[in-house]
Amino acid sequence: MSAAPPAVPTRFVRTAHVARKERAEGVARFLFFLMAAAMVVPLCAILGYLLWKAAPALHLGFLLDVPKKGMTEGGIWPAFVGTLYLVGMSLAVSAPVGVLAAVYLNEYSRDNAFTRAINLAVINLAGVPSIVHALFGLGAFVYAAKFGYSILSASLTLAIMTLPVIIASTREALASVPHSFREACWNVGASRWQTIQAVVLPNSISGILTGLILQVSRAAGETAPIMFTGAVFYKAVQRGDLFPYRLDEQCMALSMHLYTVATQVPNVQEAIPYATAVVLLGSVLLVNATAVTLRVWLRGRKRW
Amino acid sequence: MVNGSRTAPPPAAPAAPARIQVADLRLSYGDKEVIHGISFDVRANEILGVIGPAQSGKSSMLRCLNRTIEFVAGARVSGTVHVDGEDVSRTRDVHALRRKIGMVAPLPVGLPLTIYDNVAFAPRCAGLRDRAELDALVEHCLRQAALWDEVKDRLGSLGTALSGGQQQRLTIARALSHRPEVLCLDEFSIAIDPVTTMRIEDVLKELRREITIILVTNLTQQARRLADRTMFMLNGRIVELDRTDVVFSEQPGSRQTWDYVNGNFG
Repeated sequence: MSAAPPAVPTRFVRTAHVARKERAEGVARFLFFLMAAAMVVPLCAILGYLLWKAAPALHLGFLLDVPKKGMTEGGIWPAFVGTLYLVGMSLAVSAPVGVLAAVYLNEYSRDNAFTRAINLAVINLAGVPSIVHALFGLGAFVYAAKFGYSILSASLTLAIMTLPVIIASTREALASVPHSFREACWNVGASRWQTIQAVVLPNSISGILTGLILQVSRAAGETAPIMFTGAVFYKAVQRGDLFPYRLDEQCMALSMHLYTVATQVPNVQEAIPYATAVVLLGSVLLVNATAVTLRVWLRGRKRW
Repeated sequence: MVNGSRTAPPPAAPAAPARIQVADLRLSYGDKEVIHGISFDVRANEILGVIGPAQSGKSSMLRCLNRTIEFVAGARVSGTVHVDGEDVSRTRDVHALRRKIGMVAPLPVGLPLTIYDNVAFAPRCAGLRDRAELDALVEHCLRQAALWDEVKDRLGSLGTALSGGQQQRLTIARALSHRPEVLCLDEFSIAIDPVTTMRIEDVLKELRREITIILVTNLTQQARRLADRTMFMLNGRIVELDRTDVVFSEQPGSRQTWDYVNGNFG
């Protein structure tokens, strides 16, 4: 009790400590800003370079036309439609399976060995390289299930590849709905499904859709899984034909086509690979922009 | 009945049959037992006040009554809870059981639905579809919860947009919407102002004529104002359960009770 109270600290005086603190603050802020800004540089550089190189070939005809003269001239329509087929089909499989599985894991399952095994599987499956998925697809769908080299095999392979990420992102979206809402519903005698319908899904749909759409762009960009299971170098189709493929046929795809014209075919017009890349990148960015817009729109309607 | 100073009613008071009978209820979360075998009953049309410091098992006890304890991972319950003679662990329809026992949580929870849908949610889950019936029910419950006059012109706006006190009354309206026969309130007043608290207390005094109320509260004076009988819980045990005037008298059954209600601890 007899000890002197601690001295009142000096305030509002620019001591050496304050000067050091302010310098450190300035350095930290600048460094962090620099790193954040550095993110933009590669994107702008890639886009700028691609657009500059692709400029001669960039017109609507390029998108709608079919490749000509051994793929050295012409457009990319079959590849573009092929990618639409593959991505659409794979999403048609992985979206319902992934979302419903995530709802089960997040809303129904108890914490037991079975659930933990599923969680482990999801995490590990998400980390498997795409080339391994490709080999699995080759063995499972092309040979074992006898789907042959086809859109079906390739889409299923893409679906398997995107499934764990869809499950993870959907679970995250579901988990962001406050638990108190669920308890309030249970307290008034709502079943789990009634709770999910009324409260959980309406308030997590923006996150779920965002996760799905981001997987669209990932599936569109992958080459390895489809190369082994259903994509071909060349397939003759009609210019502008929206339904050129059957599901048991092979198809062309943008990512595969880019690889082909860039490395496998001699004497390609210089702009064609770049223009193909622009279309691929443009489609992916368009899809991502849709995801962002959707998210903003749905979040604007968020209700708590 | 030797003790003349305490005019306790005879133990087998015939007036009020037991609505809820709890026998040797034990609850543990993982390895940790938080309720150590409590037994009590709740009589028809009484307000049973439950007081006690935090961590004494009051809220957990409520969750055992309507079996929402099942949603807590790692919770294990033993002992029996009978509601109107029916063992809740063997009930055929747990959702119907939960509609029989209304539950109001400590923090107001407006569901992210319209005010109307907040109240109509439970009846709809129970299968009520008739619009006119729903309208009447919603109005009745909002009136009972003393909220109708404030929201009757904006039933279509979001329940989450209401103020805290209004949301708590909305929560009560929702708890009444499935016509419970027992209403459990878990510290309903911790997030709302005193004026709203008094309004809700008036509501409860009205309600006791129709239903049985279990009022868990941290405010001992609230139990004193409202409860017919008061139960004092401490560390997962019942220290005392007696008529409220006895619990709050100068000579309650236990020294700990006296200390607690007089603010000497807790």
